[in-house]
Amino acid sequence: MLDKTVYLDNAASTRLDERVLDAMKPYYFDTYAVATSEFGYSMGIDAKEGLESARATISSFLGATADEIVLTSGETESSNMAIKGVASALTKKKGNHIIVSKIEDFPVLNTARALEKQGYKADYISVSPEGVLDLEELESAINENTTLVSIQHANQEIGTLQDLKAIAEICKEKDVLLHTDATHSFTRVPIDVSKIPVDLVTMSAHTIHGPRGVGALYIREGTPIHKWMDGGFQESNRRAGLENIPGAVGFAKAVELVTPEENKFLASLRDHTIKRAEEEVPHVTLNGSRHQRVPQNANVTFHYVEGESMTLHLDMRGFAVSTGSACFSRSLEASHVIMGIGGNHERAHGSLRFSFGRYNTMDDVDGIIDAVKEIVAQLRAISPLYEKNK
Amino acid sequence: MKFPYSEKVLEHFKNPRNVGKMENPDGKGLEGSPACGDMVAVYLQVNPETKVIDDVKFESYGCASNIATASIITELAKGKTIDEAKEISWKQATEELGGLPPVKAHCSVLAVEGLRSAIRDYEEKHGLVSAKEPTTEVVVRNRLKHVMNPMAGLDIVRTELVTKIDVKEGSVRILLDLPSNHQFAAAIREDIIEKIQSLWDVTEVKVIFAE
Repeated sequence: MLDKTVYLDNAASTRLDERVLDAMKPYYFDTYAVATSEFGYSMGIDAKEGLESARATISSFLGATADEIVLTSGETESSNMAIKGVASALTKKKGNHIIVSKIEDFPVLNTARALEKQGYKADYISVSPEGVLDLEELESAINENTTLVSIQHANQEIGTLQDLKAIAEICKEKDVLLHTDATHSFTRVPIDVSKIPVDLVTMSAHTIHGPRGVGALYIREGTPIHKWMDGGFQESNRRAGLENIPGAVGFAKAVELVTPEENKFLASLRDHTIKRAEEEVPHVTLNGSRHQRVPQNANVTFHYVEGESMTLHLDMRGFAVSTGSACFSRSLEASHVIMGIGGNHERAHGSLRFSFGRYNTMDDVDGIIDAVKEIVAQLRAISPLYEKNK
Repeated sequence: MKFPYSEKVLEHFKNPRNVGKMENPDGKGLEGSPACGDMVAVYLQVNPETKVIDDVKFESYGCASNIATASIITELAKGKTIDEAKEISWKQATEELGGLPPVKAHCSVLAVEGLRSAIRDYEEKHGLVSAKEPTTEVVVRNRLKHVMNPMAGLDIVRTELVTKIDVKEGSVRILLDLPSNHQFAAAIREDIIEKIQSLWDVTEVKVIFAE
């Protein structure tokens, strides 16, 4: 029995930082009023102050003003709100066309697909083999009916960073709104909305050791957007529903706790992982860009072996990672990201995503690569593909 | 620790039985395709007198369910006659393993298919196909159900890639709704030829792509 799991799946979820929990606790036990009760009693004022202070902290990391931040229940809600909210506000005025990339995460991808079912037209822009958006294709896809372009900042699986500035400039020139899903880049890679003309930004606390079920959407002042959940008048009448004040406070604390030194450290774990995998294991392919990449992600295909077999063997040795293999997913579909970068099922089949966080160490990385080396050799020994190709 | 599989599945996954390649097998079956996911190879050594499977080996490029099912299938098949081994079902294999998650059925069926296809290969090579059935469009179509469409992860018949099959005096023509410059064209063609040319009365296999 292993006493500790080495968790290298921080793109999926992260361990909460105790300091985040400490910051949240008073808003569960002492200041538990709702923020909209500020005119009723003083605890409401304290609650409101907590919420607004959290909002200010989050906005400052984005170069935004506090009232441009709407707190949400996370990535999925933020991206739904951005895309459906803008589509609803602009359909009559502008048209029924939206543009996303082929490698978006499901909140954006499936929102685009859902709009298509309602009569919207969606274009899915290609990416290069490294996962970088084809800017020319984007430019030529924008037409007079386009209401919104939604292109992620960093990819959830292969970690590729898009050139948000170049994308924003194209959108600005064509007078189209731009949303970006920054779930996997926020605080890890700077985004400054005072310099880059992006109109909406999705953020989430769960990737940075904050609470799960908490996120935010940046909405540039003046952006036409409809409310898409009906209810009360919270969040300046932009998002109905009881404010999650402890969650907001936790998110703000999590944002504050990320430091440039930590990001450098994560990058060193990433680089060490890639280096050892490439130098010590034959027949591997790095997925994603070598240089345009978030610090906390490494993704490597180990050819001639299957990902779920690798993750199960790794789990038995106490390591948690994920794979783009169809066998790993409930839908039995291979990763649309690996397919989107021009890979085939084979490339997705043997891919492992290592995503790093605050509680990982260089020993963890060395441990998992040592294990991967043995497991890959063991599985290749029984693979009917290996002998032919080695 | 908790796992989504039974103890027995894990045991066979960790220590697969009868694993490896066999030199000069009497029968060989290959199911699945690397372009679309799991793949399994089964090799047989059969006693020519008794038709008992003396030795069986497998190789897998697959997930835990695939490896464990292939492993248990080889255990079940060893020592049985080829006629008995043909009757080993997927249900029997999964029961023997203490069950599998339903979503994993696809990966484990492949292992059962691998054994059956190895037995069929043996029978064809050793003139055992009883009352040799002439190859018809139906026979070809059934075989093509074992050729995978890598884009869908399902076979090329089910995904309607096969638009026409002509069988005439040993010559088989298969029309595909796929351009010849498609990234998977060569892999699918190769897979089709391998599956069809072993039919006893087939002398020529032609795969014709769309424009």
